[in-house]
Order: sequence, then structure tokens, then C-alpha cells
Amino acid sequence: MTAPAVELKKTPLNEAHRCMGGRMVDFGGWDMPVQYPAGTIEEHLRTRTRAGLFDVSHMGEIEVTGPDAISFVNRVTSNDVSKLVDGQAHYSALTTPEGTVVDDLLVYRFAAHRLLLVVNAGTTEKDWDWIAGARGGENLELRNASSSYCQIALQGPDAIEILKPLTDVSLSDIKYYHFSEGQVDGVAAIVSRTGYTGEDGFEVYAAVDRAEQIWNKLLDAGRFGADDGILPCGLAARNTLRLEAGMALYGHEIDESTTLLEANLGWICKLNKGDFTGREALAKQKVSGITRRLIGFEMTDRGIARDGQDVVINDARVGKVTSGSPAPYLKKNIGMAYVPTELANEGAAIQIDVRGRLIGAQIVKTPFYKRAR
Amino acid sequence: MANVPDNLHYSKDHEWVRVDGDVAIVGITDYAQNSLGDVVYVELPKAGDEFAAHEAFGSVESVKAVSEVFSPVTGSVVEVNSSLNDEPEKVNNEPYEAGWMIRVKMQTPLEVDSLLTAAEYEDFTKAEKE
Repeated sequence: MTAPAVELKKTPLNEAHRCMGGRMVDFGGWDMPVQYPAGTIEEHLRTRTRAGLFDVSHMGEIEVTGPDAISFVNRVTSNDVSKLVDGQAHYSALTTPEGTVVDDLLVYRFAAHRLLLVVNAGTTEKDWDWIAGARGGENLELRNASSSYCQIALQGPDAIEILKPLTDVSLSDIKYYHFSEGQVDGVAAIVSRTGYTGEDGFEVYAAVDRAEQIWNKLLDAGRFGADDGILPCGLAARNTLRLEAGMALYGHEIDESTTLLEANLGWICKLNKGDFTGREALAKQKVSGITRRLIGFEMTDRGIARDGQDVVINDARVGKVTSGSPAPYLKKNIGMAYVPTELANEGAAIQIDVRGRLIGAQIVKTPFYKRAR
Repeated sequence: MANVPDNLHYSKDHEWVRVDGDVAIVGITDYAQNSLGDVVYVELPKAGDEFAAHEAFGSVESVKAVSEVFSPVTGSVVEVNSSLNDEPEKVNNEPYEAGWMIRVKMQTPLEVDSLLTAAEYEDFTKAEKE
């Protein structure tokens, strides 16, 4: 446990995490809680059954404003921004000319001339450079506003009831992947019905100096401390929740070596929307077919697959695990991996090389977990 | 503050040893289980397997990570705690009792004298934390 060579970045909730017993780790240069005293499993289960609270203020925010905002973002991302209406958001990707992924992101449309891009923490600077570098003669302004926003995710079946008394926004009128501007505990905020857990819930964006106020208010409203109350959740639970929900994590399932089609993200590839970076490569790959594909698997033997381990099919090493972990709610050991397309068949038996031992697994459908609606 | 019982011996790899004649009962310390977080899987050797001191005899997995567990002494395994297959959480809840991992017949019982005392181990974990 040596001292970090460079000063870690801190979210406005850093002190709150430490006071609550959060175990802090270096996450892509950020000093973040990996878990709280309740532990990862309890945090995960509580989010599935009640509510969990996540500090995701490390995420980056890039504002794009001006008459050409939509056409510009449409040119650098794969989903069709022209389909968004005011108050709507979508999942998308910044793509390379090869159709691989610079980053995955959310695009929020406030107005035709005002968009907000929410990007991963570890890639914020890379994304900023990429986006700024892609800019041509468009009439627009770009602002890296990452240090102006805090972002707090309230997730789980109780989320709506917890947030309701604290906000003037009519939550039940916000559809999934829509958002509204209003107040949370009297503080100007963006309330977005989005998340990374597979549960219903909201992500609240507000000014950094109000982060602690909102965080504490949500914990109180969620009866933190009660057996069935809300729990603050660390990065470990955030990861197991998203994995159960079959969602990609940048740097694991997707990066600059994987195309969107290989990663099962064809649904955010709008090849007919007009030109965008990587469109040609993706259109070509769609015709020629992909040679490998991201699959989900669950272990059929005792053992836990981990990131980077080899996938073995018919005695041949054919791919790598991108994420592997216990799934606390499903009580199984699951993972995702790239395998050759011709072998990517649901139900097929595979093996994972777990530190030198071949452990049996089976290809299954993703998402592993889907909430009842 | 981690619990460090006085009557045990400790390794710098965060295992404890309870001496029972020429048999060493081995597990991981409270400090170790707390650092790992929720233990979800324990891989243990078989009775009869032999290990040298500081050799890995198994692994403990939390949700997030895998850690090897090292034998603090040289000898052969006479019994493993197979109840950890179904209840790995015992390692978290009772690291010095129900969470024990293996019983090793020691080749040289005096070897335990080279391990840390409770007070020494406490100082060691404090230093490691800083």
C-alpha cells in the first residue's frame, strides 16, 4: 500500500465517503469508494430489492451548444441524435474510423441547440481531445464541464418513492431515458431516469457544492440505517449490478480494439442516419459479418471466471473473458467474453482457464438479470 | 480495529496458526478477511497434500478479487474445512474459529517460533496500513 505517485482526483463527496467508512481505492486516477461497511453483496442486494445510492460524480460532462450541436454530435457518435426530443437521452458511442469505441456515453438533449454528453471518468480527457479535434467549421461551443457537476445515482425499486418528496419534478411523468430540470431539496438539478444497474432509478446532476446536501438528504429519505433502508454503494457493487444487467463497461467489453457490432451494440449503430465517424467500416462489417462476438456465460462447475482469462472450446483457446464475477443476486458465477462467431451459440459448453484449471461454463443469453416490470 | 487473539501465531501473509500438538490449524486473520471483503469462494487442497512454509495452499475469492493463501509451516495436510465450500462467509464471520482452513501435521513443530506473535503482527498490520 504505497503512496500514490500523483495526487488522486476527488469527487465533492470524498469526505462523506471517508466518514461513512468507505474503502477508498484508486479508480482510473480517482479516489473512490469500492465498498462501504455493509459490503458489496449487501449493497448489491439492497439495490435490487430496495435502493442503493452511488456517487458517480467522477463521470465527465461535455456541453455542446449552438445551432450545429445536433449535426456535430451526430457526426462523431453512432446513435441518431436527430431522433431525440427535448428532455430525452440515449446511449451511444464515440467511434473511431474503424468502428471501434473511443468511449460509450449518454447524449442528453435539452434543446435543439443544447446537448450534454456524459462520458466515462477515465476517458474524459481523451474524449474531450477527440471531440475537440473532430470539430470542423460548425457553429457551436464546446465546454468540458466535468468539474462543475456532481452526479448521484439513486437506483432500485424504492428510488421513485425516496426521491418524490424531495423534488418538484413529477417523477412518474419521466419515462425511461428521459429527464427533467427542476429542484432536488431546493437545489437546481437535472433528474434523469437512467442508470447502470438494471433497476428503475434516477441520476441527479447538480452543482458540486450541493453534492453533500443532496447525498445526505437522499440517505435520510431512504432511511439509511434501517434493515430495509437505502445503502450507499461502492464501485464493486456498481460493477456486479451492471454485469448482471448485461451492460458493457468501457475498457472491458468495449475499447478501441472492439467494434460496436462485435459488442452486440448494433442497436446504437444507426447506419442510415447519414455519415458519421466509423460508419463506412461498420456498414462493411455488417455485410461481411463479424468474426467474433461478445457472449454471456455462467459457470457450470465450481469456480469464478475473472477478467482476462482464456476461453477454451474444443481444446482450443478461442477468446478472452472481458468481465467475470460472482453475481450476488442470481447466486451464480457469470461473465462475458469474446468468442468466434461460429462458436457463439447459446447453450454451448465452454471452459474458462481459471489460473491453470479448466472450469466448465455455458453460453447463456444476456442480460443475465432482467427486472420485473 | 482488527481482532488479533493473543494465543495464536501469525505470518506476514496474514495467516494465523493455532498449535495443537504437532498439528497446526491454519486460517486467515481478521485483518485479512476485512481487507478482502465478502468471501464467496475458498479453494482448499486435499488431505495428504504437502506444502513448504510460504507455499500457496489455496485461494480465497471475494466478489472483487482472488488472493492466494500461504502455508505458514512445512508439513502435510491432515484435514481441510470442507464446510467452507458451502459457507465461505464463515471466513468473514468467524475467521479464527469456524473459518479455519486446513490442519497441517508439521514436519518441524519448532517452526512456529519463527512466526509473529500477536503483538508483532499488530505492529506489522499497522505499518502496512501506513
